[in-house]
Amino acid sequence: MHSIVGDVTRIALFATCLADTLFPDVPRATVTLLERLGHEVVFPAEQTCCGQMHINTGYQRAALPLIRRYVDTFEPYEVIVAPSGSCVGSIGHQHAMVARRHDDEELARRAEAVAARTYELSQLLTDVLGVEDVGAHYPHRVTYHPTCHSLRLLAVGDRPLRLLRRVSGIDLVPLPDADVCCGFGGTFAVKNADTSTAMLADKMRSVLATRAEVCTAGDSSCLMHIGGGLSRLRAGVKTVHLAEILASTAGAGQGAPAAVSR
Amino acid sequence: MTTFLGLPGRPGRPGSRQSPSEPPHAPRGVGHLRAADPFPVAARRALADAQLRRNLSKATTTIRAKRAAVVSELPDWEELRAAGEAIKAATMADLDRYLGQLEVAVTARGGTVHWARDAIEAGNIVTALVQAAGATEVVKVKSLATDEIGLNDALAAAGIAAYETDLAELIVQLGHDRPSHILVPAIHRNRSEIRDIFLREMGDVSPDLTDDPAALAEAARQHLRRKFLSATVGISGANFGVAETGTLCVVESEGNGRMCVTLPQTLITVMGIEKVIPSWADLGVFLQLLPRSSTGERMNPYTSMWTGVTPGDGPQSVHLVLLDNGRTAALADPVGRAALHCIRCSACLNVCPVYERTGGHAYGSVYPGPIGAVLSPQLTGIEDNASLPYASSLCGACYDVCPVKINIPELLVHLRARHVEEARRTHRLPSAEAITMAAASYLLADPGRLAAAQSASRSGRLLGRRGKITALPPPLAAWTRARDAPVPPPQTFRQWWHSQHGDDRGGPAPGDRSDRSDRSDQ
Repeated sequence: MHSIVGDVTRIALFATCLADTLFPDVPRATVTLLERLGHEVVFPAEQTCCGQMHINTGYQRAALPLIRRYVDTFEPYEVIVAPSGSCVGSIGHQHAMVARRHDDEELARRAEAVAARTYELSQLLTDVLGVEDVGAHYPHRVTYHPTCHSLRLLAVGDRPLRLLRRVSGIDLVPLPDADVCCGFGGTFAVKNADTSTAMLADKMRSVLATRAEVCTAGDSSCLMHIGGGLSRLRAGVKTVHLAEILASTAGAGQGAPAAVSR
Repeated sequence: MTTFLGLPGRPGRPGSRQSPSEPPHAPRGVGHLRAADPFPVAARRALADAQLRRNLSKATTTIRAKRAAVVSELPDWEELRAAGEAIKAATMADLDRYLGQLEVAVTARGGTVHWARDAIEAGNIVTALVQAAGATEVVKVKSLATDEIGLNDALAAAGIAAYETDLAELIVQLGHDRPSHILVPAIHRNRSEIRDIFLREMGDVSPDLTDDPAALAEAARQHLRRKFLSATVGISGANFGVAETGTLCVVESEGNGRMCVTLPQTLITVMGIEKVIPSWADLGVFLQLLPRSSTGERMNPYTSMWTGVTPGDGPQSVHLVLLDNGRTAALADPVGRAALHCIRCSACLNVCPVYERTGGHAYGSVYPGPIGAVLSPQLTGIEDNASLPYASSLCGACYDVCPVKINIPELLVHLRARHVEEARRTHRLPSAEAITMAAASYLLADPGRLAAAQSASRSGRLLGRRGKITALPPPLAAWTRARDAPVPPPQTFRQWWHSQHGDDRGGPAPGDRSDRSDRSDQ
């Protein structure tokens, strides 16, 4: 990972199509957090989607225009952030591969260059901005689920936990079998709904065993899955994105579990 | 790179949509590579079996911990993995040369090499060899290749009884069952089930048999001993075949393999063509990688190696059947061929959250789990195992543990693309999914169209009650069967941003890369 030394002032936000549409609080929290840390955030309006759903479902040709759009939109920026390990993983591990598979070497090279400047939120904070204490306050019992693509594709390691440990007021409890997939897997959740649900059941059992009020992670998609299951069971546990916890400050209350269960 | 072996396919096989120029796939109607039901259907059955779930969870959790412990002992584990990957990739790039070298070396040492294009040819070759030896029963070492081609069925059709001598394979055979794991074929059985099978099927076992593991092993030992001493033909697979020396190698834990490859007069080995390795030195890499990944042991108890015939010692008639059965077709795919690097350790099964819950039978092939999901469809042709590449959440745990670094998630994604592309070529009407994906691509390829779709999606708010949706229409109904869905918020992020900033803060500013004309360099 290349580290940018010195002052990063402008950061381009890739909101991701899922969060833009269904979880706008997550990119909003990302903006709040980064502005509080003294950075200017821009939202290039031409952005849409990284194309991961198409690629992982087999529709690579349909993903090509989305990859090209991502590269065209973000190529001008020095530092790009997305509040999603999965989307950043796809940008880094799939964009160039799909372009090459369709004999577009020029797009592949450009995609590699843009991907090298695209960071998942915890990577941006710890590696690029060099900050672990972001000045957050979040007085709740929280457990952290390391999503598969953050953990394995991006190897973020304990970066999110280092950030969470510095949040004041937080009661951070470890999640048993944390590194096991929650069963989301994109269209897997629908195509293999029974197996996905069996995996979700075990993940929920682990979350409930922690007696946490909040389950957090770096991906809105996995949280939608875990949160959807917990909500169906009236489990009384809320899912909150890492960005929302890090954006919270004393008195502001953003991301606090006002109501349990989505 | 010369990789196509040039074994001509049998022309005009009925039911095959392959063009004559493509290497042939494993034939239909023989062997165990194809599922009766698509994965989601078979998985649904398995998921409802509480005993199976418990057995699998216990067994895979135990073996995962053992593997992790012994792997962590080696400071150069990552270098070993890289070496294993490099040897396999280099072998596949020159497979025809190494196989030729292996044939010459085995023949020079008094063995006989046979080439089998597919399961049918291999079954015929082995049957003829057993008949020539005048035998009506054979003892077998646990072998995936012989199970892949349904060899026991072929032998039975010729009146030859094949006895499995690996304990777990014996349990599967006596239970009239199918293996569900590469290494531990009876992983889906617990000891009381095994006791019941032995009491029912062994005939010569004491009715007082308990489910104590030592008692069960002793019963199997007594049962098998008679077969070892009477059989004149042994049949094995091979973990490795060394091209340089003509040496074949079987790695096992119970000693039954050692008995099978040393006691009978005739030894027949069925080996997939991808099992060849160039040199004796390469064995040093794989014999470190395999046991630690497989059983979680530093070294397996029995490693048997034989090179042709040794006069007066061991089998005096030694045969090697080299099996293609779709492997050349897999080799023809520059990405997919990495599945042929597999050394059958089963570490990917043990860490897979899908396998741990469904077990191996749901995959419908002798090769279950993540590696099966990328290997079986390539051997049979994707259309015959089309549900397998989708039987994964792409969590990537399999890639992390693979001793030869097969990037299974990447192969799964690649095979999904091949499946979609082949379906587009062969079906005149696109599927509902293809139409949905095309529509999604159209909407997502333009921010204006996306914004319009987001506005339309807020009609989904009508479905919501108290901030959640409990029932969605198909195909998303599969989501809301077990999970609530979020209600689209009143405002997207895009709208919020626009309300705060207008359109004036979206573009690059002085100092950003566009001002330095970076794009013109690329």
